[in-house]
Amino acid sequence: MNTDDMLAALSRGEDETLRRLHARLADAAAADGLLDVAYRTIDSPVGRLLVAATERGLVRVAYVDQGSDAVLGELAERVSPRVLERPASLDTVARELDEYFGRVRTVFDLPLDLSLATGFRRNVITHLPDITYGSTATYADVARLVENPKAVRAVGTACATNPLPVVVPCHRVVRSDGTAGQYVGGAEAKRTLLDLEAAA
Amino acid sequence: MTEPFEQIVAEHGPTVLRVARAVLGPDDADDAWTETFIAAMRAYPDLPEGSNVEAWLVTIAKRKAIDQHRTRTRNPVPVEVLPVADSAELSATDPDPAERDDELWGALAGLPRKQREAIAYHYVVGMPYAEIATLLGNTESAARRAAADGMKTLRATYARERRDLEQGASS
Repeated sequence: MNTDDMLAALSRGEDETLRRLHARLADAAAADGLLDVAYRTIDSPVGRLLVAATERGLVRVAYVDQGSDAVLGELAERVSPRVLERPASLDTVARELDEYFGRVRTVFDLPLDLSLATGFRRNVITHLPDITYGSTATYADVARLVENPKAVRAVGTACATNPLPVVVPCHRVVRSDGTAGQYVGGAEAKRTLLDLEAAA
Repeated sequence: MTEPFEQIVAEHGPTVLRVARAVLGPDDADDAWTETFIAAMRAYPDLPEGSNVEAWLVTIAKRKAIDQHRTRTRNPVPVEVLPVADSAELSATDPDPAERDDELWGALAGLPRKQREAIAYHYVVGMPYAEIATLLGNTESAARRAAADGMKTLRATYARERRDLEQGASS
């Protein structure tokens, strides 16, 4: 028996143990108040979503078909590096999203942490839920809504950088020519969401 | 540090587990692993950028292993040698006994503490002996000797036990 064989024997059965220990760590961290950002991923009709929450509420919803590393990096940088996957912290979020995609929910009832949106962008994000389920508004409408009618482009930027897509309905903001326009999750995802709400 | 802690766990979790297992045995290793990462998570935001995260975690793990060892032994005075683990008892608490090589754990547990640690830090973590000496509180050559002596005993014990086992199975 050589050294490598012995070291291989030390790592036998490791994956299952590490999964179990990770879950235990996340629970202990939450209990000790050390878990600043908890996240999980959710499969949805518009692709895989990463959802993250702080103690204050849902802080991030992200389309992550290209991987979650960049999103987690941004959370670590801008909120706190104490980030761990802990699905249980986001059970309510997962349930409400399921209900939304299953057309049984039209309004989200979740505490939100808007700390990733600042200034004018935050003002826009705060007003987007005023556009009711199944309806749309133009970028110019939203600019008027936030009492800054000339800031049409800035409204576009605020929507494009919405840290909470789907839950904060930036997909309901469309172009004045009637086409759907750009979307953080891609034009197809925007179409899917608008169709889903129109069909209800 | 600003790397997500999730990444730290993914990257270094396996190493910390192997070190804890080599030093404490597979059962106590689980608690040491959890306590190591909880302590690390607490201190993590203040860890300077560019720090050697692996060496930092191993240092915390070593401290947790010593704490654990103290609470597990009835006598609070640290002892040099752990009792040889009873394989039957270990298997009884293992969720998946087929995955475990009890002879190896037995052989490791039979080594003096410094030899076990030197093996873990050198062969599992890949630390240079100068760093291991700092952790063990001895010299570079003593650390090198501890790892070599431990490995030699381990090879001999392990080979003998496996031979016994195979002979037992075939007779």
